[in-house]
Amino acid sequence: MAAIGAPTGAMDLRGDARRRRKETRIRRVFQGAAVFSVIVSVLIVASLLGRALFFLSKVDLSALWIPSRGWYPRRGVFDIPTIVMGTLVVSGIGMLVAAPLGLGAAIYLSEYAKPRVRRILKPILEILAGVPSVVLGFFAITWIIPNVVQTIWPEAGFFNMMGAGIAVGILITPLVASVAEDSLRSVPGALREASYGMGARKRTTTMKIVVPAAVSGIMASLILGLSRAIGETMIVAIAAGASGGSAFKINPLEPGQTMTAAMTALAIGSDQVRGQEGTFESLFFVGLVLFFITLVLNIVSERFVRRVRKKY
Amino acid sequence: MAIAARGPSTADVVRQHLQGRRIDYKGALFQAAILVALLLSLVILFVLISQVVRGGIEVFQERGFDFLRGRLTVVSASIAGVGQGIAGSLLLMAFVVLAAFPAGIGAAVYLQEYAPDTKLNRFVNVNIRNLAGVPSIVYGILGLVIFVQVLGPLTGGKTVMAGGLTLAVLVLPIVILTTMEALRAVPGSIREAGFGVGATRWEVIRSHVLPAAAPGILTGTVLSISRAIGETAPLLLVGATTGLLATGGSGFFESLRGGYTALPVIVYRWTSLPNEDFRALTSAAIIVLLLLTLSTNAIAIILRNRYERKW
Repeated sequence: MAAIGAPTGAMDLRGDARRRRKETRIRRVFQGAAVFSVIVSVLIVASLLGRALFFLSKVDLSALWIPSRGWYPRRGVFDIPTIVMGTLVVSGIGMLVAAPLGLGAAIYLSEYAKPRVRRILKPILEILAGVPSVVLGFFAITWIIPNVVQTIWPEAGFFNMMGAGIAVGILITPLVASVAEDSLRSVPGALREASYGMGARKRTTTMKIVVPAAVSGIMASLILGLSRAIGETMIVAIAAGASGGSAFKINPLEPGQTMTAAMTALAIGSDQVRGQEGTFESLFFVGLVLFFITLVLNIVSERFVRRVRKKY
Repeated sequence: MAIAARGPSTADVVRQHLQGRRIDYKGALFQAAILVALLLSLVILFVLISQVVRGGIEVFQERGFDFLRGRLTVVSASIAGVGQGIAGSLLLMAFVVLAAFPAGIGAAVYLQEYAPDTKLNRFVNVNIRNLAGVPSIVYGILGLVIFVQVLGPLTGGKTVMAGGLTLAVLVLPIVILTTMEALRAVPGSIREAGFGVGATRWEVIRSHVLPAAAPGILTGTVLSISRAIGETAPLLLVGATTGLLATGGSGFFESLRGGYTALPVIVYRWTSLPNEDFRALTSAAIIVLLLLTLSTNAIAIILRNRYERKW
């Protein structure tokens, strides 16, 4: 029983050096691509931060928070509550539209629809998700405002936050529906069967068992929708009505200014008009505020989604 | 048997006792309400499309394909067209395909197949998820600062190149996330089988994992193209408002550093015109835009439904 050779060890399984070098090279390339994504987020913050700080150094800080003064960047009036309130009004209306529509559609598709019906209806809903926001903006001023808003409230003008908000709601409905449906479907069937076994009806099972079990995912869908509504730009730029500046508005039937619409107005006007110092830079400051609001909302919704995943 | 013929059948009796005598009105009402919610969303889609088609179809009837080649103008509705917009949008898509897809798929392969489960890699994961939720107009600011100003000497300022790179960065997180999901769906046993016969990690990825995940990856990339075609807000910041695509005279690579416009930007500009003549033109331009985005979207959904594989 003389030894034939050294026993085979892990070193012998590693393959030849050339092959290993190639492996390392390929790994590096992929790693570089992943690092690039981190660089992008650093660049976003950096590109916002520099000019936003410049803006803050140029304007009187007390000018940023005087309610009821309005948002008129060309005149050096930068009242942040004005555009934050506009954003809240529009995205609030959007949520009032998207929450019932999106959650209703999600519950129907996940709990009630027969497989064949679901196979047809769900893709159509997903197609709605592909409608560009600029198209919904056009739809808001040519159909929603004249046919819906002005029918219910005849005093409403041609541009208003109500019409923009409804269009935003339509835009985010498919998103809310799809995230909520995913979480409803991830509730195990055993829970439903146990409920039926106890003699519960379909509606009781759905509302008392399935929906509470998926509540984290449903919350996530709503927060994600809200974050999308806050960041939505083209619909409000077209339909909410305030092109350059706006007074402080709460009434949704009046035109108003949101953060994103204020940014578009600044971006488009920037080539022609040079207002007073800091006017164009206010774009970066608003962008920074918007970035952090949506960041917080996204992180919160991510937490909720992870709770669902952990449970089932 | 005479008893059964006279009264209700046993099955009916049992069912009636199980269900109770009352009809479940509340249940039926609830079902009707959520069905209405679903149908309402679909009706809105139908109204939107019919509205746009009704408004824009006459432009195609009158001018036919001339509209698709027409010039970009806000002065005269009779010669205005979307030719520039289509060309610009296609060029922008080329940048998305060439820049975002390799980088996105590469990053996903690293994060899903190579990266050890360290704190850093988990941070990168969370980071990408958050990037996907950043409003598109913020990407416009990134494009303005980085691609227009810092890299100005390379891109030439507010040019097709700057716009294309901005859109590429915008869809990058979407490409990464969908690709990672497709890779995650490939069962570990396939990888282990590959390692078992002595393949290196790259060999396993190249000849087993990537082919198995290809339909999912394709769906994600097609979806991101559809998103990029319809994106308007970031392009307003990186110059799509001003320019005309340089055609003829200069070489192809020079035209990449020239002004440009894109289909959704044209829709936006025409929408804001008070001139009634442009209403129909806007609808016609939207028809073209919807054909592009909805067909790419539909392709992605069909791909997914056809090739979705449960392991």
